[in-house]
Amino acid sequence: MNDTLAGWLQVLALIGALALSYRPLGDYLARILTSAKHLRAERLIYRLGGVDGDADQRWIGYLRSVLAFSLVSVLFLYGFMRLQNHLLLSIGMQAVAPDLSFNTAVSFVTNTNWQSYSGESTMGHLVQMAGLAVQNFVSAAVGIAVVTALIRGFTRKKTDRVGNFWVDLTRIVLRVLLPLSFVLALVLVANGVIENFHAVHSISTIAGDSQSLTGGPVASQEAIKELGTNGGGFYNANSAHPFENPNAFTNWLEIYLLLVIGFALPRTFGRMVGDNRQGYAVVAVMGLIWAASVAVVTFNELHSVSSAAGHAAGGMMEGKEQRFGVWASALFAVSTTLTSCGAVDSFHDSYTPGGGGMTIFNMMLGEIAPGGTGSGLYGILVLAIVAVFIAGLMVGRTPEYLGKKLRGREIKFASLYILTTPAIVLVGSGIAMALPGERAAMANHGAHGFSEVLYAFTSAANNNGSAFAGLSANTVWYNTALGLAMLLGRFLPMVFVLALAGSLASQQPVPVTAGTLPTHRPQFVGLLTGVILIVVGLTYFPALALGPLAEGLQ
Amino acid sequence: MTSRFLPSVVRNHLAALRMLLVFTVITGIAYPLLVTGVAQAAFPDRANGSQVRQNGKTVGSSLLGQNFNLPKKNPDDPKEAAKPDPKWFQPRPSSAGDSGYDPTSSSASNLGPNSDDLVKSVKDRRAAVAAFDKVDPKDVPADAVTASGSGLDPDISPAYAYEQVERVARTRGLSAAVVRRLVAQHVQDRALGFLGEPRVNVIELNLALARLR
Repeated sequence: MNDTLAGWLQVLALIGALALSYRPLGDYLARILTSAKHLRAERLIYRLGGVDGDADQRWIGYLRSVLAFSLVSVLFLYGFMRLQNHLLLSIGMQAVAPDLSFNTAVSFVTNTNWQSYSGESTMGHLVQMAGLAVQNFVSAAVGIAVVTALIRGFTRKKTDRVGNFWVDLTRIVLRVLLPLSFVLALVLVANGVIENFHAVHSISTIAGDSQSLTGGPVASQEAIKELGTNGGGFYNANSAHPFENPNAFTNWLEIYLLLVIGFALPRTFGRMVGDNRQGYAVVAVMGLIWAASVAVVTFNELHSVSSAAGHAAGGMMEGKEQRFGVWASALFAVSTTLTSCGAVDSFHDSYTPGGGGMTIFNMMLGEIAPGGTGSGLYGILVLAIVAVFIAGLMVGRTPEYLGKKLRGREIKFASLYILTTPAIVLVGSGIAMALPGERAAMANHGAHGFSEVLYAFTSAANNNGSAFAGLSANTVWYNTALGLAMLLGRFLPMVFVLALAGSLASQQPVPVTAGTLPTHRPQFVGLLTGVILIVVGLTYFPALALGPLAEGLQ
Repeated sequence: MTSRFLPSVVRNHLAALRMLLVFTVITGIAYPLLVTGVAQAAFPDRANGSQVRQNGKTVGSSLLGQNFNLPKKNPDDPKEAAKPDPKWFQPRPSSAGDSGYDPTSSSASNLGPNSDDLVKSVKDRRAAVAAFDKVDPKDVPADAVTASGSGLDPDISPAYAYEQVERVARTRGLSAAVVRRLVAQHVQDRALGFLGEPRVNVIELNLALARLR
């Protein structure tokens, strides 16, 4: 089969698979998030956890639970890593340094999974499975829980209650993430992903050299790493490592997994607000941006655009695996940076200026196409609110979305949401570039070096976790600064989203009139796409001009 | 319950801690143990790293690339550059660890698309491979002159495998046709016919080569 046809087929097969899961998965999520019935196992969990499964929380109570759970998680993980040398299955790994432990704990709790460390030389098996992988489950569920509260803001009226965080969290883990991960982990093992508790052991190779083979419960972590858009690799090379991603089928499956929940959630949204067309409009925007991005990156990589090294080598294979090649690597790179996943099957630092620059731009859009589990949908709903508001300004009437008026209060929360991440990214990158020591952490010099720093802060603040990995980020300064960027980039937006949920829920819906802007038509899809590119994309234009654009035009 | 008398902030965090511990037991202990149990029962070879054997001894994993270099003149000299052994098919360049293909140090080069260092490495590698295999530098494929993402890539392109046939056959005193047939048997098509790229697994190819007699 020729290369181009095969390349197109893998993209089309992915779109087909995502389309097939849109309705069943979206409907299932809507059902479990609105059901009044608890499973017996869930009642037991509430009793063990000491929480009331029948309570209905105010937005501030919901937020308090999110923050308490996240704070406790950070402290627990931090302690876990600091003490790992005293625990079982540490396979000889030392206690993790304080700054690195802080960075890593924050990273996994915020669903970022930025890694300043190499898994194979830093983390023992117990920390990986009972520390890091646990956060892969719960941080993904927290994102879905928060967007569920926001959707309830639209569906409920004249109430100050937005749901129960503990119930949402438990149901998402128990009824969605856990069963899917179990099945998928076994599919991965059947294809060669390892799952054992071996320590590093040395063997003599075919040519008589020696090589150290690694072990670990990799498949169980790999499944939830993709499904929960976490992206933290068991190994330094992440999904480029053959033990995490042994062949092109597992690669395709991993891309599907990291997209599937994000692309199905608009269905959940449509179903919960009682109008599936609203979900189709949102998913159409996500799909358009994703497809355009796939086209840009694939084209740049296939033709080695503006890459001296690519032309010298006869192809952009630096940092890419032979079993995946350019097409599958580009597909993974786009999908992982448009979600908050951040897993990589190839190394973006070596991508063409246009391809690598696009991965940065993908994250800058706020990870909404389709975005992280839950966080992508609340991100795009906030942008939809802004789009409706802008349309309202054009015709001079009070804007409303799904029957809820968008007054000063709602727009303030939406604006704060949109301003938070760019502020963190630009201030963070600016400070790093102003400090000579931190600037020196760049592996490449000039415009590409700046892109490494810009990528790091964009990735951290948007909770992505991938990197232009040449940057030596395992320093006290970067661990602290990026840790703070991840914390603020995760929880400030959540505060605004939940405040928005509370504000919307308290309203009495207004009836639809002839003057109401329809939000399910192609017109709105175009409007929302435009708002995303202009409002969010343009914020970063000066920074992009100094990095990838300057490099591409040299 | 004493917790009723605690301030609500403390109660809230205590509940959060208890919930975290519950989830740690379920998703952090029970889940990986269950997956490991089933995986070890159903797919023990795969779950343990697809190890390959030669004369009854484990000599690596078919998923992890290896160096095929000549023994060093002085094994204790870290500065002595490794030389590829002409009797084996050679893998791609690797950035994993100091001498490459070190699974405890998986890594890409992370050199930028216009890095002078990378351009120089690519040109040097092209010249070295062309001289080593006695082929035209233009015929050296991209995967032969670029380091992979993991530094552990077990595969090369079919083009790079065929390009090495003459040299391997010559060194081993075999006919080129025999070695070429062996390569042809080891070319794997795209997964399901359309996913990824065609490839040749260097570990499996070299093991088969060692069995030729």
